[in-house]
Amino acid sequence: MSHRLGTGGRLIDRARPMDFTFNGKTMRGYAGDTLAAALLGAGQVLVGRSFKYHRPRGIMASGAEEPNALVGLGEGQRYEPNQRVTTTELFPGLKASSQNHWPSLEFDVGAINAKLWRFFPAGFYYKTFIAPRPFWKHLYEPIIRRSAGLGRAPDAETHDADRYEQIYAFCDVLVAGGGIAGLKAAREAADAGKRVILVEQTAHFGGRAVVDGLEVEGQGAEAWVAAQLAALSSMPGVTVLSRTMVSGVYDHGYALAYQRIADHTPGAEKPRHRLWRIRAGQIVSATGAIERPLSFAGNDLPGVMLASAVRDYVVNWAVSPGKSVAVVTNNDDAYRTALALHAVGIKVPAVIDARREATGDLPARVRAAGIRVIEDAAIRHVEGGKAVTGVALCRFNSDGGAVIETLSCDALAMSGGWSPVVHLWSHCGGKLLWNEAGAFFRPDPARPPLGADGKGFVTCVGAANGELGNEGEAPMLPVWLMPAQASYDLRAKAWLDPQNDVKVSDVQLAAQEGYASVEHTKRYTTLGMATDQGKLSNINGLAILSDALGQPIPQTGTTTFRPPYTPISLGAIAGEARGGIFQPLRKTPIYDWHAARGAHWEPVGYWRRPYCYPKAGETHAQAVSREINQTRKAVGILDASTLGKLVVKGPDAGRFLDMLYTNVMSTLKVGKCRYGLMCNENGFLSDDGVVARLSEDTWLCHTTSGGADRIHAWMEDWLQCEWWDWKVHVVNLTEQFAQIAVVGPKARALLEKLGGDMDLSAAAFPFMDWKEGHLGDIPARIFRISFSGELSYEVAVPAGQGLALWERLMEAGAEFGVAPYGTEALHVMRAEKGFIMIGDETDGTVIPQDLGLGWAISKKKADFLGKRGMEREAMVSADRWQLVGLETLDGSVLPDGALAPLPGKNDNGQQETQGRVTSTYFSPTLGKGIAMGLLHKGPARMGEVVQFQNASGGTVAARVVDPCFYDKAGEKQNV
Amino acid sequence: MSEAVSALAGARGSGLVELADAGVTGMITLRGDLPLLGGALESVLGLGLPGQRQVVTGQRGQVLWMSPDELLIVLPYAEAPGVAAALSAALGDAFATVAVVSDARALITVTGAQARDVLAKLMPVDFADFPVASVRRTRAAQVAAALWRESETEWKLVCFRSVASYVFEALATVAQPGGEVGLYR
Amino acid sequence: MLLLSCPCCGVTAEETEFANGGEAHLKRFGPGSTDAEYEAYMFARKNPRGVHFERWRHAYGCGKWFLMARDTMTLEVYGTYKAQTTEPPAELQAHIKARRPEWEGF
Repeated sequence: MSHRLGTGGRLIDRARPMDFTFNGKTMRGYAGDTLAAALLGAGQVLVGRSFKYHRPRGIMASGAEEPNALVGLGEGQRYEPNQRVTTTELFPGLKASSQNHWPSLEFDVGAINAKLWRFFPAGFYYKTFIAPRPFWKHLYEPIIRRSAGLGRAPDAETHDADRYEQIYAFCDVLVAGGGIAGLKAAREAADAGKRVILVEQTAHFGGRAVVDGLEVEGQGAEAWVAAQLAALSSMPGVTVLSRTMVSGVYDHGYALAYQRIADHTPGAEKPRHRLWRIRAGQIVSATGAIERPLSFAGNDLPGVMLASAVRDYVVNWAVSPGKSVAVVTNNDDAYRTALALHAVGIKVPAVIDARREATGDLPARVRAAGIRVIEDAAIRHVEGGKAVTGVALCRFNSDGGAVIETLSCDALAMSGGWSPVVHLWSHCGGKLLWNEAGAFFRPDPARPPLGADGKGFVTCVGAANGELGNEGEAPMLPVWLMPAQASYDLRAKAWLDPQNDVKVSDVQLAAQEGYASVEHTKRYTTLGMATDQGKLSNINGLAILSDALGQPIPQTGTTTFRPPYTPISLGAIAGEARGGIFQPLRKTPIYDWHAARGAHWEPVGYWRRPYCYPKAGETHAQAVSREINQTRKAVGILDASTLGKLVVKGPDAGRFLDMLYTNVMSTLKVGKCRYGLMCNENGFLSDDGVVARLSEDTWLCHTTSGGADRIHAWMEDWLQCEWWDWKVHVVNLTEQFAQIAVVGPKARALLEKLGGDMDLSAAAFPFMDWKEGHLGDIPARIFRISFSGELSYEVAVPAGQGLALWERLMEAGAEFGVAPYGTEALHVMRAEKGFIMIGDETDGTVIPQDLGLGWAISKKKADFLGKRGMEREAMVSADRWQLVGLETLDGSVLPDGALAPLPGKNDNGQQETQGRVTSTYFSPTLGKGIAMGLLHKGPARMGEVVQFQNASGGTVAARVVDPCFYDKAGEKQNV
Repeated sequence: MSEAVSALAGARGSGLVELADAGVTGMITLRGDLPLLGGALESVLGLGLPGQRQVVTGQRGQVLWMSPDELLIVLPYAEAPGVAAALSAALGDAFATVAVVSDARALITVTGAQARDVLAKLMPVDFADFPVASVRRTRAAQVAAALWRESETEWKLVCFRSVASYVFEALATVAQPGGEVGLYR
Repeated sequence: MLLLSCPCCGVTAEETEFANGGEAHLKRFGPGSTDAEYEAYMFARKNPRGVHFERWRHAYGCGKWFLMARDTMTLEVYGTYKAQTTEPPAELQAHIKARRPEWEGF
């Protein structure tokens, strides 16, 4: 059984014990422990159940590569599933719970799957649940989803209690990894005066060297590391970050680093995680190497661990995985584990070595320590249920039929050799070479990821570059299966990917079934697709596949390494963007007034506009009707500040606008307004609005609320990239002005009551004119335009005085019965008049002629944007859908977007249609439903009754009418 | 008389840095050939023409280089219309555009030794290469902004009026105590 | 995420400050053009595997459009230049040729 040793532990502080709970049971660890060390120290070997078979699982590794020991951490608003115990630092009061078990960790019903392992081969789900088809969606998938999966997702109603942030950083050299190689690289760059960021994913620097007690530059590793850190931290331009992992490397030297600031101090008033968005000239990957497991039957039992991890636990945390720990290896390095265990008085019954003979210096030291070395031997299988009780041995070159010996032990340390961590090299396209001697992939320096300058921007150093520091040791023996010719029964219990429960036999079956590509095999078997992304399983799986395909490993190749290196929190990805600042919310100068009056909001791009202002007890529909009635009978005011306002100025401005609008703007008289349409080069309608000519060389173009930035960019595009010799400036003044529409029969009386220096009389200020002056003492520009059919003025004032004007209008308007109205009343009133709305009547395939707007297309102009597009055969066809008004026979409101079906099917087997509804409302003015729609040859079909689909599968009859439902003669607006 | 109000209505914040609404501020956009604009600037405000991404500060205000054919003048709010008219007059018939944009913007001051660390949390800018009296147009979180450095520890950020509260709240969020970085020392 | 240098304001910044505008050096065909010319202008794009000339706007910065020569395979940036031109500058073309001898030219 695992336990805490009486002395030692370079990272723990025995003076600071810390209590924590695992599945509700209180346990004790020490400051400096990882949760893994604390669990093992407390004797907790069994920590979870596996994903598919619910097999008992223990801790296998000591770092980010851990595949098994995932727990749910914390509770309530700080609960998070699938946290690796090996990378979780212990803190007082930590609460962890195991996953994938029911009803309890010790007794799990799902483990029945394990007894049925023969029935769950690779591709089992694909093969078994394919037919009958409907069963997948309604029966199989829901059940499988409930029984599979790792940790429980946090409750949807809880909100993460922590805060997160990001930071942009720049450096000449980013060093990923704080081991000896990383520290050396950082120091070298810093000494050369470079700006350096050095990050280490754990809380401690030094990597393996400090654990193995190596010497660096004639100094003990521990002391050397401390000296380097002290020097680096004092150098200007050097940033040293612990608990920070480079999670991904991207184009042109971009890298993300994930800093876990407060994971070990939950509740601290700090951001929990910070995502560093680093742009580096060079990235040095000093990410070390990961030890590979060996594939033998029962290699997933709790107590079977990586040999290096065993050393880490002994040296760093004074924890032994057992009282008697056997070692199995194919290389010399694992002998260090035997020595480390021996040094602290733990029994090592034997080192089992697959090689014919173990003759190096390390085996000699092990033998000298009195530890047995069994050569040419293999683990046939591990004995035990929820923990290791012993190992049965056989000859390595055998099928495992004959047991040569059984050893009693309660833990097993295994080493299958080492694989450089090439992830960061590979993320952005760095290629790999197969190293035959070490049986690993290493970076190919001739094919690095390329930066903006076409040169490589990632270099690997140390173990990450394949320099394992094992010079002088005897060669390792590649061992992909143990024993080498293991029988099917053994192979079917030899785990490659313990997190996703993929066995040697699964990969072999995939190859047998024709999966020759490593990428396909990965997906079919799910090998390496779990949250650990196959850090332990990748090479072993490739080797098994290559063997099954009868080809060398480099020919099989490797799967693509993709970021992130280990999972990072969604909080870090979101950064500050949550709650009120999840996205920008654009506010008009009158926003707070609307909010205080309980406005119901309509999002328009990032803007929030009042949809309506419901009074107590009023539904939204009732509020909209009231707002319309009050506007049409008295006066209403609308916050139209979001309208785009682009000033176009210069000697060539008229010529430019004639190219942008379908009609002629250059002939507009100063002081006048004109409605205009803009199309893209396809001829499709893109935006509309009223243009006012401010002076001889200046026009003010109103755009739709959503179109201001887009049209501004569109204008700049043509001016900068096509007609760059034209003398035109465009200035976006959208936000300089608050704009308020004052609408209704009493509009003039209301504005006149505010006083000022403008003559607003009908004679002095006719429809489609504009004036500039003051309303009271507020400087204002008034446009006499109407989007409602009523007498209407749009008043633009400096944004800083918008609220003042609005309040004055409300106050002065009381006697006239003024009502603020929202966007829905605006929409209904424009629909009653048959005015189109960009985005309702248009969808990017509609030309102005479809909407009866041919009158706004100049016949005289030789050219304008979209003119050529409109000349295409399909655009001039008589077969287009065109705008009509629609009136239901029963007065009901047509469903928005409803299609008008025709008998028959098209070539794709879809229902033939002849039109659709584009805008539909209840009109309080007319007391019935009104709609606009696009109908095949619509204007020629006035009076015809057409059927439209409704939501319940039936149809609604509607008569084709003129789209203008209200005051067609325009008598109301021309008063 | 109706007084103009700023979008942030005098908001202030305190954390790793001091944040403050600079209040209503006069701003004028100038478009045209820069040497041409420089002449008008000199005659009307006595301000020199800033070099690329530079800020020139004088008695009557500041002028910021915004693009190869655009300048931004920053001056007291009440003076903007008059100065704009004078600039227009000085430019005469030349191809140039003068527009008052005071109300279209919000101006926030960010002050403190940790200002660069805080700003770097929202802006993809290398603050090691950002001398006093230079200006950078960039992105602040999800919106456009212009930032200039008044002194070692004081910065000014201008954004569109409609997103003023978004920018202020984003700055206040990343300036909360506990979020110290130490990147720029 | 690319790193771009704006030739208009001299800023080198990450891609999030910029907006891509597709292939550069298109010739506009308006009224009077043939269907084939119009189609080429509107729809036919080179989409090369290799050297590509493209339009970018420094949308969050100075607001100016500029052009960039970039390799779509390696993401190498050969250079950026002002948008007010109908073809890439000769020295840029020479630089690309030096880096990519197999390039067929503009």
